[in-house]
Amino acid sequence: MSAARRGLSWSGPSSQLNRLKLLQHDKPSHQEDASPDWNALLCDVARQDRAAFAALFAHFAPRVKSYMLRLGSDPMQAEELAQEALATVWRKADRYDPARAAASTWIFTVARNLRIDAFRRRNHPEPDPNDPALIPDPPASADMVVSHKQDATRIRKALAELSDDQREVLQLSFFDDQTHTQISQTLGIPLGTVKSRIRLAFGRIRNLLEDEE
Amino acid sequence: MKSEHIDMSIQHHPDDELLVGHAAGELPEAWSVLVATHSALCLDCRARVYAAEAVGGALVADACPVEMKDGALEGTLARALEPRADTTTRAVGTRAEMRDTKPIFPQPLRDYAGGDLDGLRWRRLGRGAYHIPLVSGRGAPTARLLRIPAGRPVPEHGHNGLELTMVLRGSFTDGGQRFGVGDVETADTDLEHQPVAAPGEDCICLAVTDAPLRFRGVFARLVQPFIGI
Repeated sequence: MSAARRGLSWSGPSSQLNRLKLLQHDKPSHQEDASPDWNALLCDVARQDRAAFAALFAHFAPRVKSYMLRLGSDPMQAEELAQEALATVWRKADRYDPARAAASTWIFTVARNLRIDAFRRRNHPEPDPNDPALIPDPPASADMVVSHKQDATRIRKALAELSDDQREVLQLSFFDDQTHTQISQTLGIPLGTVKSRIRLAFGRIRNLLEDEE
Repeated sequence: MKSEHIDMSIQHHPDDELLVGHAAGELPEAWSVLVATHSALCLDCRARVYAAEAVGGALVADACPVEMKDGALEGTLARALEPRADTTTRAVGTRAEMRDTKPIFPQPLRDYAGGDLDGLRWRRLGRGAYHIPLVSGRGAPTARLLRIPAGRPVPEHGHNGLELTMVLRGSFTDGGQRFGVGDVETADTDLEHQPVAAPGEDCICLAVTDAPLRFRGVFARLVQPFIGI
């Protein structure tokens, strides 16, 4: 069965299927423009601000739970992992850098690492920003802080401009924990096609993001 | 497109679909170790991984919310405030920083190798080559360190699957192309290739394969079942 058919998770505005999903849970995509500044709220959480945390929790915990359910957790485990993810957000918020990533991106990586740990009993290998062997990022600028505020909105627009085929492979990768081989079996298409769709989809998103900068 | 890459000292990069798979968290561990190790040295690929993670962030931000249990916020805060040891402290990384020299292996590779290049226990592979298995499992992709003696070839081999080889020290040439520190060679199913280490110093690589290699030589084929590659 294709992800789009059983799909629940992404509610962007482009396809018929996605329009149906919009009706199902009534969350128009332009709402983001009026939404709180999650990046600033996450910085407040780093200063132990409980009101900011409550706001972040109300928004992200149910979405992280959705992500965990979609990846195969049962409801109890999904609730547990979502709580653990948000607890980690509280504890590690001081490591969040708004010049490097949007709050949604950072929270996604926290949730991803937790579920890899929970499902596969291993760590997600990542470079260590404090490693002396690392080639450091160029210094961050104030522009980058502003630019990451728009990330979620811009990526949503970019996703909406992809073909259904392209969006589907991204969704299967991120939300269904499928390897490229599994995706090719799920969709009944050759492995090479899966890889080239992912490359094309990601290339288009990167181009659309760069165009807006 | 290779011309987009900023750091010109690194010429050969892993494909975008591997970077996206790494960001999504669906890549087998052996591949992820290579992607993360390369990203520590390659600003451009690190930026691409960030961009792919931002796609994940946007997908999660747009997920259909599923209601949390009553009292979930209070429960989460109580959990967050519990004292607990920080598990992310890396003993190995600390050691490298303390002796105040720049390690050869970036993180997370030092974690997997159990330390930096000096002090590793290499296993003989034949023809002057050595290896150290890092990640292996039945049927799962494997990652290992390879040490190719200066000026010598790796035994000629083809693949049943994908092989990625990242240079950590020294360099090798293969098919007329040079691969230096940070470069990643991608060898696919049909490619018969024979990396040759540059003269002067041994070439140390991180090699990841998703299928056993098929060595060409009779001797290599005889020993293959015993050396576990």
